[in-house]
Amino acid sequence: MASVGDRRRIDRGSFPALLAALRSEGYRVLGPTLRDAAIVYDEITTEADLPIGWTDRQGPGTYRLERRNDGALFGYTVGPSSWKRQLFPARERLWTARRTGEGFEVAPEPPDERPVAILGARACEIAAIAVTDRVFDGAHRDPGYYARRGRLFVVAVQCGQAGATCFCTSMNTGPGVTGGFDLSLTEILGPGGHRFLAVVGSEAGGRVLDRVPTVPAGDEDGPAAEAIVARTAASMGRSMDTTGIRELLPSRPEHPRWEVVARRCLACTNCTMVCPTCFCSTTEEVPSLDAEQVERWRRWDSCFNSQFSQLHGGSVRQSTQSRYRQWLTHKLSTWHDQFGTSGCVGCGRCITWCPVGIDLTEEVAAIRTPAPTATAPRGTP
Amino acid sequence: MAAAHRPRLAVWKFASCDGCQLSVLDLEDELLAIADRVEIANFREASSAVAEGPYDVSLVEGSITTAEDARRIREVRARSRLLVTIGACATAGGIQALRNFADVEEFRRIVYARPEYISTLTTSTPIREHVAVDLELRGCPISKAQLLETISAILTDRAPNIPGESVCIECKRRGNVCVLVARGTPCLGPVTQAGCGAICPAFHRGCYGCFGPQDTPNAASLSPTLAALGLSPGEIQRFYRTFNAAAPAFRAAADAEARGRP
Repeated sequence: MASVGDRRRIDRGSFPALLAALRSEGYRVLGPTLRDAAIVYDEITTEADLPIGWTDRQGPGTYRLERRNDGALFGYTVGPSSWKRQLFPARERLWTARRTGEGFEVAPEPPDERPVAILGARACEIAAIAVTDRVFDGAHRDPGYYARRGRLFVVAVQCGQAGATCFCTSMNTGPGVTGGFDLSLTEILGPGGHRFLAVVGSEAGGRVLDRVPTVPAGDEDGPAAEAIVARTAASMGRSMDTTGIRELLPSRPEHPRWEVVARRCLACTNCTMVCPTCFCSTTEEVPSLDAEQVERWRRWDSCFNSQFSQLHGGSVRQSTQSRYRQWLTHKLSTWHDQFGTSGCVGCGRCITWCPVGIDLTEEVAAIRTPAPTATAPRGTP
Repeated sequence: MAAAHRPRLAVWKFASCDGCQLSVLDLEDELLAIADRVEIANFREASSAVAEGPYDVSLVEGSITTAEDARRIREVRARSRLLVTIGACATAGGIQALRNFADVEEFRRIVYARPEYISTLTTSTPIREHVAVDLELRGCPISKAQLLETISAILTDRAPNIPGESVCIECKRRGNVCVLVARGTPCLGPVTQAGCGAICPAFHRGCYGCFGPQDTPNAASLSPTLAALGLSPGEIQRFYRTFNAAAPAFRAAADAEARGRP
């Protein structure tokens, strides 16, 4: 049996056997597929569901699919979906209460027990899962999240290219995958043939790989995979200087740049929705018309919504400026205080999927530049 | 739970297409349950049996476009404990508010064979500009889910959950791919209030803003992006000037196009 750390080669022709092996082990497989002009994560039943020969070209506020001139299965970077949706669904019923003779009865939502394999998790996405693992843990450990987390099988795929909005090297989250997977793949194209270098990350990963025709990795496979990761690391579209960032952002609450970015910010929530670590939610009670039953639902919310900070008397963060500042400061600075890690993994989704292309790496750089004190506006909430 | 008192409901029509009233009738699965708990006292679209007021709840469709309607809405208000406007017409003036930016006298002369029969105001205005409104439901037409939520909230004496957030958040919750970013399709979703369930983007169409402005809209930032996608100033102006043309944020955005971009 393949054991943890084993390195095996899967030939391109044997790749369908990996999908079959995951299904045989009882996993529902989710992975990249073409839908609605993007590569999104959805149910994968056959190899044909994968975006074979497709890639993406990204920039601030823009994403386009393009053909590749090879048959790469994983020749793209990250798209609009993240695995957050798997672990923390956009809408989730938490419980149902029914009126009884004298009072009421609460029935928690039964968990969905079926194991899920995610195919094509990038290094930054594995880092994001490690972040949300912390967020949903602690004194108020989230049972739904951890039920789903416990039955998650992770097939990592190291990135063969970086997008124009990628900056994982700045956040030390990629592009090489270093842990947090059951199986890790590197897709190798070119000399030596189209193949995958597979690394076993867990016993479950070994069991799956045992069902796939493989040979021990050749002498050239390891260096080829390393070269791919090194090339990707060298071609990051963006970078962010994180030096002293925990102190920097909270120390400049009145930097004029906040006002500049607020003029562009749509307060539309897109950045937080595509972010693989943004975890804000709201709950609502949905009663039946006869008031005999009520359901509690949790749904994604965002700190860019005015009602998100609604307290008695009104919204705490009424201006878009205060909301943007809250988001960026939390993500890059106070997240450390709260969860012992940065909230940013450098995936670049918030840059690509911002309709007006606001780029947090640019914003951080601007805020890092001290404001000329004479012209700094003061007291703008 | 046996309700001792069934709230009395009235539905009123002003200048409108009846589509929002039809949304009430369109609550097919819930209509019987509603009728169990609410007395539908005055709803001419549904029944000619009309019971006199006062009413606990009035749903008001349509905008104010005539002097007679301006008088009638005050009467409705006086006979209603709660007044809820339903739809873009009642809430923002509707598509007919395009007259607010034009010469109504010219319309009357050109459009009608007998202009002297037409008695109309020069503006189409939302109900809120005439009487106090307790709640506004957006949309052209309104969302059945929000209507149901409102009725349910009234029955249980709580505030309804009608978020002022953008359409984008509904798109993302639903798993839609952003049509603006991935296709370059002009979309008003970022400046438009949620509630529709992001129907248009789900079918690869840009949002055309039928729910009106979200609670902190930034059209001044979206418009240059629409221009970069290839819309001319006239096209951007027309984009904002549909069912919510007179909603202040959309009106300002359309006016800004007329002035030209710096």
